[in-house]
Amino acid sequence: MKGIIASPGVAIAKAFVLSHVEVVIDEALAKDTAAEVEKFRAAVAQTEDQLNNIIAITEERLSANEADVFRAHLMMLADPMFEETVLDKIENSSYNAGKAVSEATAEVAAMLASLDDEYLKERAADIKDVGGRVLDNILGIVRTSLSDLNEPVVVFANDLTPSDTATMNLDYVKGFATDIGGRTSHTSILARIIGIPAIVGTGDITSRVKHGETVVLDAVDCEVISNPSSEELAVYEAKLEKYLEEKRELEKVRFLPAETLDGHHVEVVANIASPADVKGAVEGGAEGCGLFRTEFLYMNRPDLPSEDEQFEAYKSVLVGMEGKPVVIRTLDIGGDKAAESIQFPAEMNPFLGWRAIRMYFDRLDIIKPQLRALLRAGIYGKLHVMFPMVISAEEIYKMKDILEECKAELRAEGVEFDENLSIGIMVETPAAALNAHLLAEIVEFFSIGTNDLTQYVLAVDRGNEMIADLYQPLHPAVIRAMKMVIEASHASGKWSGVCGETAGDVKGALVLLGLGLDEFSMSAGSIPAVKNMIRKANYAEVKKGIEECLTMYTTEEVNAKLDEMLKDILGK
Amino acid sequence: MVEKLFVVKNETGLHARPASLFVQKAAKYKSTIKVQKDGKVANAKSIISVLSLGASFGSEITIIADGPDAEDAVAGLVELLDSLEE
Repeated sequence: MKGIIASPGVAIAKAFVLSHVEVVIDEALAKDTAAEVEKFRAAVAQTEDQLNNIIAITEERLSANEADVFRAHLMMLADPMFEETVLDKIENSSYNAGKAVSEATAEVAAMLASLDDEYLKERAADIKDVGGRVLDNILGIVRTSLSDLNEPVVVFANDLTPSDTATMNLDYVKGFATDIGGRTSHTSILARIIGIPAIVGTGDITSRVKHGETVVLDAVDCEVISNPSSEELAVYEAKLEKYLEEKRELEKVRFLPAETLDGHHVEVVANIASPADVKGAVEGGAEGCGLFRTEFLYMNRPDLPSEDEQFEAYKSVLVGMEGKPVVIRTLDIGGDKAAESIQFPAEMNPFLGWRAIRMYFDRLDIIKPQLRALLRAGIYGKLHVMFPMVISAEEIYKMKDILEECKAELRAEGVEFDENLSIGIMVETPAAALNAHLLAEIVEFFSIGTNDLTQYVLAVDRGNEMIADLYQPLHPAVIRAMKMVIEASHASGKWSGVCGETAGDVKGALVLLGLGLDEFSMSAGSIPAVKNMIRKANYAEVKKGIEECLTMYTTEEVNAKLDEMLKDILGK
Repeated sequence: MVEKLFVVKNETGLHARPASLFVQKAAKYKSTIKVQKDGKVANAKSIISVLSLGASFGSEITIIADGPDAEDAVAGLVELLDSLEE
């Protein structure tokens, strides 16, 4: 089957297909208007229950703030004007309940949308949402909503966005399969964080699986089997059992040090995206945090986060990591990531455009509060701060100047902060890799962002499926670039980490181990497999093997060599 | 019937969160409550209706209540409008 295994494993459960249902409105006039009124009232009551349920779930999983939008929906539902408009259509025009709700919704939404006001235009979307729910209930349409999962399922969707997964009860999700997406898409990252199997980029899986039928998701051999026969089921249950057994074996090394047979020690740490992930990272055996993405603070909200709000978030991560090193990356927005509160120009090449560090110098109002918050939080643990998308020493000098300004301000205000904050950079541009020997002298550390470095070194858009096969994180040129960076940091007595997907992939980690990498940062779910490989490897031999890879001409040869090395190490 | 003229003096106007606070408060009274602005009349218990008035900072609005608790309703709503800061 076509597809990319984003997270390995096997799942057997009912299929949950996230789909769009077409609504057909009956045009016939009502014979019994009183019955139609009853139908409307019953649907409103049902909608109210559903909304209250969503509010409770959202509050429990996210926050009271996130639930506000549904509270606004409840108010719209109870609105006398909406109710009167519907009743008028049933009682005076003999519309059936469905048609009355559909037209009343459209009228009220049009009225709100016609007022020249952004806020009211959004409320028009709210009323459409609420009216749509009432209509579904009248027509008896059950929409598959990820917020009402109540049994184990494999989720099938075209693609999943963070807002889709936000209200989902992850306890019931046994696996994911999507039509589009790659190894670095949201679904893939989420699957690896929670450690469940996922296959992405299948093309058309949602049209081949029916909601509610039993499916096998085989994210070892990239297969999906719907309605398996009892023989097939037995085969896959055995495969699942074997997979779980291997996983349990791996679990044993989770908290053991990442040390090779010949005593070479490296650090294995976790990537996190919000303070809520700290617990998972610590319980997952991470010896620190190698990448805390701060974007979440800026997303899904109309305004910028305040300095105090950021300070609390950074402090909670540092406190939660209990003195273990934490690398926080300053805002990396632009490219494929947007925030409502920051106006981005339309660009031909957003990945090569006004993003990450390039934006800071135009928007001191954004970067200074973040730096001040980081400086203040620094006293609560071992904090390292890094800047994304650096291409030059000038950028680092400028950032250091801004940082000094922030320090002077805090000093003048008598606010406590970390005087010796450790400053590093993400190495993800060819420029930073080529000049790594110079940049190493003016920063404390490097963190290689392999996802972007691969994209920029190979000039391959990592979101473009037409050229997905050209996106090769272990292309000889990418390996050489990483080697330059790691060696440059060591020559200046500094350290290098990797916080991209390569570190969490056993084969990628093998390459990095051989290149002498100091810190491996990955999703907590990948830690056991990577530690297991490192603990079974002989550093001197791996080093030799990787040196040999560097003499090879093709990615294919490199892969074959790496497979052979892994076979020797893991004994399979 | 009790009437009271009021000049909106919070920055947001009878909009967004202030509007929903206003409607929630109005819903607590038994009386029929209307809000009038420039000849347009809104049902004070309907968020859609109140929002469509477009009462912004500086707007003159009249609150009209009719019913057993009309006095309390007008006083309560004026008190709420007075306390709005945003």
